Amino acid sequence: MTEALIAVAALLAIASLAFLPHEATRILGAALLAAVVFVFLRHVAGDVPALLVCAALGAGVWRALPPTVLRRVSFMIPSLLLLIGVTTWLMYLAPGNPFAQEKAIAPQVEAALRAQYGVPETPLAFFRVYMERLLVDGSLGPALKVQGRSVQDLLLPALPVSLGLGGLALFLAVAIGVALGVRAGTRPNSWADHASMGLALVGISLPNFVIGAGLMIVLALWLDWLPVAGWGGFRHVWMPALTLALPHAATIARLARSGTLEVMQEDWIRTARAKGLSEGRVVSRHALRVAVLPVVSYLGPAAAGILTGSFVVETLFGIPGMGQWFVKGAINRDYSIVLGTALFYCGLITFFNLAVDLALAWLDPRVREAA
Amino acid sequence: MSAGQREQGSSAPIVAPTAGPWVRAFRRLQRHRAAMVGVAILGVVFFACFLLPTLLGLDPTSTAPELRHMPPSLRHWFGTDALGRDHFARVLIGGRVSLWVGLAATAASVTLGVAYGAVAGFYAGRVDEAMMRIVDFFYGIPYMFLVILVMLMFSETARGEALPVFLALGLVQWLTMARIVRGQVLTLRDRDFVLAARVVGAGDARILVRHILPNVMGPVVVYATLTVPAVILLESFLSFLGLGVELSWGQLVAEGVAVVNPIESPWWLLAWPLSSH
Repeated sequence: MTEALIAVAALLAIASLAFLPHEATRILGAALLAAVVFVFLRHVAGDVPALLVCAALGAGVWRALPPTVLRRVSFMIPSLLLLIGVTTWLMYLAPGNPFAQEKAIAPQVEAALRAQYGVPETPLAFFRVYMERLLVDGSLGPALKVQGRSVQDLLLPALPVSLGLGGLALFLAVAIGVALGVRAGTRPNSWADHASMGLALVGISLPNFVIGAGLMIVLALWLDWLPVAGWGGFRHVWMPALTLALPHAATIARLARSGTLEVMQEDWIRTARAKGLSEGRVVSRHALRVAVLPVVSYLGPAAAGILTGSFVVETLFGIPGMGQWFVKGAINRDYSIVLGTALFYCGLITFFNLAVDLALAWLDPRVREAA
Repeated sequence: MSAGQREQGSSAPIVAPTAGPWVRAFRRLQRHRAAMVGVAILGVVFFACFLLPTLLGLDPTSTAPELRHMPPSLRHWFGTDALGRDHFARVLIGGRVSLWVGLAATAASVTLGVAYGAVAGFYAGRVDEAMMRIVDFFYGIPYMFLVILVMLMFSETARGEALPVFLALGLVQWLTMARIVRGQVLTLRDRDFVLAARVVGAGDARILVRHILPNVMGPVVVYATLTVPAVILLESFLSFLGLGVELSWGQLVAEGVAVVNPIESPWWLLAWPLSSH
C-alpha cells in the first residue's frame, strides 16, 4: 500500500512540474540532462573532468536548446526514475520470485541468493539497491536467471539485431503505408482505393503470428525465395521485417488516406492547382506534407514498438533480438532484465515522442505558429 | 457531411422538434449501404456466438479420440481439433469471450479516455500539460509488461478468466483515446459556438458535455472501432504466451498455428463491419 501511495504522489509531483515558471523548468531540464551525462561520463573520464564537461554542457544546453525540448527533458528524467519504481512495485506484486523453484528452498539459501544478486524482500529496498547500482556503478545489474551474465551482456548483442530488423520494418511500413494511403486518398473509390483499404483491413485484422506463418508458407515453402527462418544472412531479414511491418503499414495506409482526403479539400490545394502545377506536383509538394501529419503522430509509439522487437516474430523466425527479453524477463520474474528492457523502451518512446513533436512543428506551419 | 445536414434542418420550416443527434445518426446509418451490410454481419456474428450454440446444443468440450483432425463435414462444419472437439462449437463459444473482451475493454477505454482527454483539452495550458504528462508516463511503461504483469498477478486466483484481461487491456487502451480527444477539444474550445454558449450563460460542464463532446464523437467512434480488433488481437497475443482467456478466438488461432492449420477465425467479419463505417 505504501508503494502505491508513493507512486501516485511521485506521479502527481512530476505532473505538477508543469506549473513551475518557464525559466525554472528550463534550468531544471538543463541540470537534469547534465546530471545524466555525468553519471555515464564519470566512468570513462573520471569525476573531476566529467563534472567540468557536464557543467559546460548544462550551461550550453540551457542557452542553446529550445524551451520545448528542455521542458520535455525536465519531465522525462524524473519519469524514467518513477518508471523503475512502478515496474519494481508491479513485479513484486506478481506472485512468485526469481528464486522460487519447484522444490522449496531453505530460507538460508534464499537469503544468501538474495544477498548475492541484490534482490531484497521489499520493492522499496530493491529500488534503492537498483538505483545505487545504476547511478553509482552505471550497471544494469546481474541477470537473475542466466547465470554469470549481466543484463548488459544479454541485451547489447540483441540491440543491433532488433534495431536493424526494426529499422527495415519501419521503412517498409512507412513506404508501403504512405504510398498506398496517398494513392487511395487522391483517387477515392477507385480500384486502388478499394485494393489498399482491403489490404489494410487484412493487416489490421490478422495477428502477426498468422501473417508470419502465411508468409513462411508462401515465400519459403511454395516459392522457395527466402529461407524459412533463422538469422545471419541478408536473405533472412526480409520475411520477419515484412511480418513486423504489415500491421503498421495497414494502419499508416488508413491514416494517410484520411489525411489526404481531408487535405485535398483545402484552399491552398486549389491555389496550387490554379497556379497550373501538375497534379503530381500538387500532391508531392503541397498535400503530402500536411497529409502525413497523423502518420507522423502515429509513428512515435509505433517506432518504439517496432525497434524494440516483437516476441512473436522473434519466436516464429528464431531471431536473437530484444523482444524475447521483454517476455522472458516478465515470465521468469527476472527483475533485472525486466527493468533493463523497460528503461530501454521508455527511453526510446520518450525520444520518439519528442522527435514527433519537433517533426510536426517542422512539417505544419500552423503548429509552428501556435507554439 | 453532418454540418450540411444540420443546415438543411434549420432552414426548413419549423413544424416539429428536429430529431436528436442519435436519431439523425441512425437515419444516416440506414442510408449507408456498406454500413448496413456491416451491421447485418455483426448481427449474424453476435447471434451465432451468443444464441446458436444453445439452440443447436453444441458442446465445445466433449472429446472424441477417433475424430482427431477431421476435415469439415456436415456433422462438424469446421472440422475437429487435435482432441476431436467440434471446431464450429469452439469458434462460436470462443467468439463470446473475444467479442466480450473487445467490447468491454473498448467501452472502458472510451469512457476513461474521453473524460480525461476532454478535461485536459478544455482547460488547456498548464492543466493540460500536467495531465498529458501523466498520460505520457503511462505510455512509457511497455504495455506488454503492464499486461503480462497484471495477468501474472491474477494467474493464481483467476487464471484463464476474462476479468484480468479486461483490466489489463483497458489500462493500456485509454491513453491513445485521451490524446485524440484532447487534440480535438483543443481545436474546438476557441470556436465561435463555444463562445456563443458561454455568452448565453452556460457553465463549463454544460459547454463541455452539450457543445464540445458531440463534435468530438467522429474521431472517437473511428478510433473505438479500431480498438475492438486491436484488443482482440492483443488478447490473441496473450493466448500465444499462454496467458489469455480459456477458449477465445485468440487461443484458437494460437492452437491452430501450432498445428500448421491456420484457422482464419471469423474475426475479419468483425473488423469489416466496424471499419466500414
